[in-house]
Amino acid sequence: MKQLMLGNEAVARGLYEAGCSFVSSYPGTPSTEITEAIAKYPEVYAEWAPNEKVAMEAAFGASLAGRRSFCGMKHVGLNVAADPLFTISYTGVNAGMVIGVADDAGMHSSQNEQDSRHYAMASKIPMLEPSDSAEALAFTKLAYEISESFDTPVLMKMCTRVSHSQSVVEPGERVEITKPYQKNPAKYIMMPGNAKRRHPVVEERTAKLTAYAESCPLNRLEEGSDLSMGIITSSTSYQYVKEVCGDTYPVMKLGMIWPLPVEAIKAFAAKVEKLLIVEELDGFIEAHCRSLGIDCVGKSQFSCIGELSQNLVAEKLQKAVENGIALSEAIPPRPPVMCAGCPHRGLFYTLQKNKLTVLGDIGCYTLGAVAPLNAVDSVICMGASVSGLHGFTKSQNGAADNKTVAVIGDSTFMHSGITGLVNMAYNESCGTVIIVDNSITGMTGHQQNPTTGFNLKGDPCAKIDLETLCRAVGIRRVRVVDPYDLAQCDAAIKEELAAAEPSVIISRRPCALLKYVKHKAPLVVDSAKCVGCKACMKIGCPAISIVDGKAKVDATLCVGCGVCQQLCKLGALKEV
Amino acid sequence: MKTKNVMIVGVGGQGSLLASKLLGRLLLTKGYDIKVSEVHGMSQRGGSVVTYVRFGDKVYSPVIDKGEADYIVSFELLEAARWTEFLKPGGKLITNTQQINPMPVVTGAAQYPEDLVAKMRQAGLDVDAIDALSLAEQAGSSKAVNLVLMGRLSKYFDFTEDEWLAAIEASVPPKFLEMNKKAFALGEKA
Repeated sequence: MKQLMLGNEAVARGLYEAGCSFVSSYPGTPSTEITEAIAKYPEVYAEWAPNEKVAMEAAFGASLAGRRSFCGMKHVGLNVAADPLFTISYTGVNAGMVIGVADDAGMHSSQNEQDSRHYAMASKIPMLEPSDSAEALAFTKLAYEISESFDTPVLMKMCTRVSHSQSVVEPGERVEITKPYQKNPAKYIMMPGNAKRRHPVVEERTAKLTAYAESCPLNRLEEGSDLSMGIITSSTSYQYVKEVCGDTYPVMKLGMIWPLPVEAIKAFAAKVEKLLIVEELDGFIEAHCRSLGIDCVGKSQFSCIGELSQNLVAEKLQKAVENGIALSEAIPPRPPVMCAGCPHRGLFYTLQKNKLTVLGDIGCYTLGAVAPLNAVDSVICMGASVSGLHGFTKSQNGAADNKTVAVIGDSTFMHSGITGLVNMAYNESCGTVIIVDNSITGMTGHQQNPTTGFNLKGDPCAKIDLETLCRAVGIRRVRVVDPYDLAQCDAAIKEELAAAEPSVIISRRPCALLKYVKHKAPLVVDSAKCVGCKACMKIGCPAISIVDGKAKVDATLCVGCGVCQQLCKLGALKEV
Repeated sequence: MKTKNVMIVGVGGQGSLLASKLLGRLLLTKGYDIKVSEVHGMSQRGGSVVTYVRFGDKVYSPVIDKGEADYIVSFELLEAARWTEFLKPGGKLITNTQQINPMPVVTGAAQYPEDLVAKMRQAGLDVDAIDALSLAEQAGSSKAVNLVLMGRLSKYFDFTEDEWLAAIEASVPPKFLEMNKKAFALGEKA
C-alpha cells in the first residue's frame, strides 16, 4: 500500500527490506530519523553509538560477522568516521555494508556546508544519491547488492531536502540474509604487507564499478525535444530541473554519483549542442566532465554556496519568474532561541556576567552565543571546546587560566570531549570544563546517549557516570551544580577557575522539553513592584517581555524555572 | 492536474508538523502525487519554521519558491508577513492573528510591526485572518491552533467533511480526537 514517508524513513524501510540486521549511528540533522525509524523494526538491532567512528567500526564488525549492516551520520560526522572509511574501502565487506551520510546545503542545522561526494572519490567507495523517498528505498536495497557484488562498502548520500521531504513510496517485503564468517587475514588485517596487495584490488574494483555505471539502472537518460542543451544532474537538483524544464531538454539523471560513467557522459555530451551541469554545492560532476575533456557549464552559473531551487534554475535558463508581493514593512527576524526554562540559560548568564572567554561546542547550548547572552567565543566541531580550552590556556602561560572555560553537552562530551579532557589531565592544563548535562541529546530532537541510562529502543541500560569518568581520567576537582541556582553556579565557577589544577563542573538539570520534567506554575509580575528596569531581560527568556514599561510573563511559555526571579532585586516576579 | 502548493508557516513548537501530516494523509487518500518538505533541527527551537505541501499528478521539487504558493497558512501574524512573497498572484493567505514576539522584539532591538493584516490587504494580498488561538481555547486547548487553521483551509478545498475527519482520526491521539474535531469545525465556520 502506498505511503507517505520521509526520505530518511524510506532509507530505514529499505534497510529493513534488504535484510539489514545491525544499525549503529550517531544522531545529526538531517540524518537522525533513519536510525529512529529503523529502531521501530524488531527484526533489526539498532543503537546510538557514542560517535560516528565507533558507529562505522561497529557496522564493519557486523558486516565481517556476516550480517548486513548500516551506520548513519550527518556530513560532518563522516569526518569523524573518515579513518575507518578509508581502510574499510581496502578490506571490503563480508555481508553488505551501507554508510548513510546526509549533507546540509544551506546549513539549516550545521556548522559548515561540506560536500560529502568528495569522500566517495577520495576513499574509492561507490556512492548512491537518491532524489526522493521512493528512490531512497529502492537505492538502499540496491546498495546492498552492489556492496556484496563488488565487495565494497557503499555510501548512501542524502541531503536535507531528500531526508526531510515526505513523498510516496510503496513498501515491500523483508528478505533475511546472513553469510558465514571466515577468517581471512590477507583481506581483513590491513598491515602494510596486506594493504599493499589490497590497494590494486580497490583500483580494479573502481574500474569495474565505472563499467557498471555505464549501464546501471541508477543512471538514466530522459529524452527531451530540444537538443540545443542537455542537462546532467542528480539528487534534489534533478527535481528542480524537471520542475522548470519538464521534457524540453534531454536529462541525464545520475543516481550513482561515484564512480561516474565515462562513455555514457561522452555520448550524451556529443548528442547535445551545449552541456549544463546542475548540482548543489561543489562542481563535482562538472570536474569529472572537464577531466574527460568535455566542455560544459556548471558552477559559472550555479553557486557552490547554499541550496538551489526551481526559481534559481529558471532564472539561469532565462525563464520568467514572477515573485509574489513583499511588504515594504521591515519584518524582524525570528532566530532560534533557548526555550523558556532551558537549563543552559542560567549557566550562560553566569559566564557572561563574569566576562569569561568561553570555548563552546555543538548542541542547543550553541545558542548561548546569541543576544542578549553573547556568552560564547568560538564553536568549531564536536569536542573542540575542551581541546581548544587546553590550547588557549597553555599558550597563554597561565594568564588565561582563571578567565577561560569550555562548555560542552553531555552527549557531545561522550562523543569526543573525553579525549580532550584526557589531554588536559595528561598535559596538565589548568582550565575548567563545564559539562552542561541536560540528560538527553537535545538539538537533534531528544536522542538517548551513554549518560542517560536508556538505549535507542527506549529500554533501560548501562549509564555512564560523568563524575566517575572525569575522575578516572585524572581530574580531581569534579563538582555538580544546578543551573537554575545562579548563586551556586557563580560560586562554583569562581572557585574552580581559581584552583591551580584542571577541573570539571557538571551543570545538571534535564532539558525542559523532556516529558517527565515537571514544571512549576508560570510566574506573575507584581506591577506595583516592577519599575521596568529590565534586569530580568538579561537572560533572553522568550517568556518575558516589557509591555507598557513593565515586565510581562507569557503564561503559555513560562515553566516557573525561577532564574528571572533571582535577577529581580525588587521581588516583582512572583509565584502564584 | 497542475501542482497545487500549500505553505504552512509559524514559530517552532506551534504544531505545524501535525498540520502538514494531516494534510499529507488526506491528499494520499485522494491518489495525488505528494511532496511534504519540513525543516528539523536548530530552527525548531522557537525560530521561524516553514513546511511545504505540494500535490498534483506529478510533483518534482519538494519545496515551494517565491510566487508559487496557492495558499499560505500562517500560525502567527508576523510569520504571515514574512512569507507573503511566496504567494502566487491570486493566492490566499490564511493567518492566525496571534502575535508571538521574536527575540529581537523581546530585547527591544526591533519593533513588532503594527496593523499587519491591514497592511497586507493594502499591499493587495487576499488575507483571511482569524483568531485561531481563541477558537482553539474554545475547543478545549490552546494547542489545537493547528486544527483550527486546517478547518479554515478546508473551506477552500473540495474535499468532503468525511475525508477530512478520516485524516484527523489518523493523525491525532484518540483521547484528543473530539477536541481536535471541535477545533477543526470552529475554524471552518469562523
